[in-house]
Amino acid sequence: MTIERNDVLHIARLARVSLEPEEVPALMRELAAILEYMDLLNEIETDSVEPTAHVAVTELPLRADAVSGELERDVVLEQAPRAGGGGFAVPTFIDES
Amino acid sequence: MSETLRFSAEEIADGVRSGRLSAEKVTRASLRAIESTRSLNAFLHVSSRTALESARELDARRARGEALGLLAGVPVAVKDALCTSDAPTTCGSKILVRAQNGQGWLSPYDASVVQKLRRADAVIIGKTNMDEFAMGSSNENSAFGPARNPWDASRVPGGSSGGSAVAVAAGLAPLAIGSDTGGSIRQPAAFTGIVGVKPSYGRVSRYGLVAFASSLDQLGPMARDVRGAALLLAAIAGFDPRDSTSAKRHVADYRAACDRDPGGMRIGVPDEYFGEGLDPDIAAGVRRAIARLETQGCSVRPVSLPHTRYGVATYYVLATAEASSNLARFDGVRFGLRVEPPSADLSRMYGSTRDAGFGAEVKRRILLGTYVLSAGYYDAYYLKAQKVRTLIVRDFAAAFADVDVIATPTSPTPAFKLGEHVEDPLSLYLADAYTLPASLAGIAAISVPCGTTPGKGDRPELPIGLQLLAPAFEEARIFTLAAALEAEYPPRAPDAHRIVA
Repeated sequence: MTIERNDVLHIARLARVSLEPEEVPALMRELAAILEYMDLLNEIETDSVEPTAHVAVTELPLRADAVSGELERDVVLEQAPRAGGGGFAVPTFIDES
Repeated sequence: MSETLRFSAEEIADGVRSGRLSAEKVTRASLRAIESTRSLNAFLHVSSRTALESARELDARRARGEALGLLAGVPVAVKDALCTSDAPTTCGSKILVRAQNGQGWLSPYDASVVQKLRRADAVIIGKTNMDEFAMGSSNENSAFGPARNPWDASRVPGGSSGGSAVAVAAGLAPLAIGSDTGGSIRQPAAFTGIVGVKPSYGRVSRYGLVAFASSLDQLGPMARDVRGAALLLAAIAGFDPRDSTSAKRHVADYRAACDRDPGGMRIGVPDEYFGEGLDPDIAAGVRRAIARLETQGCSVRPVSLPHTRYGVATYYVLATAEASSNLARFDGVRFGLRVEPPSADLSRMYGSTRDAGFGAEVKRRILLGTYVLSAGYYDAYYLKAQKVRTLIVRDFAAAFADVDVIATPTSPTPAFKLGEHVEDPLSLYLADAYTLPASLAGIAAISVPCGTTPGKGDRPELPIGLQLLAPAFEEARIFTLAAALEAEYPPRAPDAHRIVA
């Protein structure tokens, strides 16, 4: 199994991780080795097997539709890297030109 | 180890409740022990001030004649993956450290388990070191340097709950909280010669635990003795409306289970856990321990768990997929680090923050998880692994039709050297082979000490862990057997000269 440089850059983009160029070669090698190992799963025939997403969750509990346990806005914003106008401040993401 | 800290958790709680021991004195002894073992790097934050405050308050309440809780005055170390409102939470990662002041993120609320500890009158002594976001089996993935094994400081304590294991093994606190997604409580417990319980999925609320892989994560007790683990689980188990995966099931009396006669219990031993890669000294130690349980009246028979060899691949597909989704929340907006290159847009800020803030293993797993979920690969990896997970669940169900408990080694090797697996991440994944299947099946598990390997060459005597598995919500069974085994192998601390070396 080989993982190309572009494969790594593609999934890094999907994962929103801006890799430095020197990080890429090791990741190509390591991801290829791990994915190749995972091919072991293809030894088993699973066509008629149901997937398991969760164990032991038999019922999904419901709760009253009531507001509870809200956090103090100032306390939360205190921990933000940047805050302003009573909210989290982020770089521009809408091009208004 | 100080005289005070030689007491078990149960003895401390009894002593503080009855007034024979002062909570403040116990807390001071714990803080002194932590201070004198800084080189072990067990703690990322020591809560000296708040711990002493709560200890003094406990002594005052006791003096006023108030009844104190289950964990009265017991110092408890908490893995840094749990949110605490009075101490920073970093999850072993730089991404939760603020660039402005170098301080870890301060949670606006307490995790449910932390609340329960406070209500039981425990003294939270500090936050323990861990592999970043609980990803690792050696503690070497901590952004703050690895914790070290008190049995041999050139060796790892295991992971990811390595700091919690070290805190208990080195006698800094009698109890600690760990989290276990694929073995992160059991393997470090085995490596440091202590007791570690991974309760059934849903047994303990995860509200306020930084999420890694939500279909697998579980919180549990780490302790010097089995009764200490039972006491701590009693304090933290139970339904929590704030965690919709926590189970509305009766919590058994785990301490009473420790006193039960193990006679008549049926123990299954799976061949699949004694194959290639198992250290011969571990194999011998574990077989000896099982034989001792047999002399106590248990019956031992072989069982088969045929899909064991697929556990590692299944786990690393599912856990990384879930992690890639859970860790999307670390984006430089709401907490911790933000890296914002000049004139960066939002997307560029996300990417730069995540590249700078996450360590190599976390990035590796996020990318792997993103890959197995991406268009064209979802069926081949993620769906396939979910189906194999079903087969692993069925293996255990079939085995438990014939036996009450399954006994295996916790880890194929004793504690290895720092740096031994750093160059080859896959080799470290393979070392989790014995703990992953129980996580995938959501069943109850414990690692309990069963002696040490013989010292030879540059490998000193090192602890061996026996893993006991029981069906979901049957924790009482493993406590009965673990307590019976403990009578054969009394808790043993590493030599003091190794701890300070």
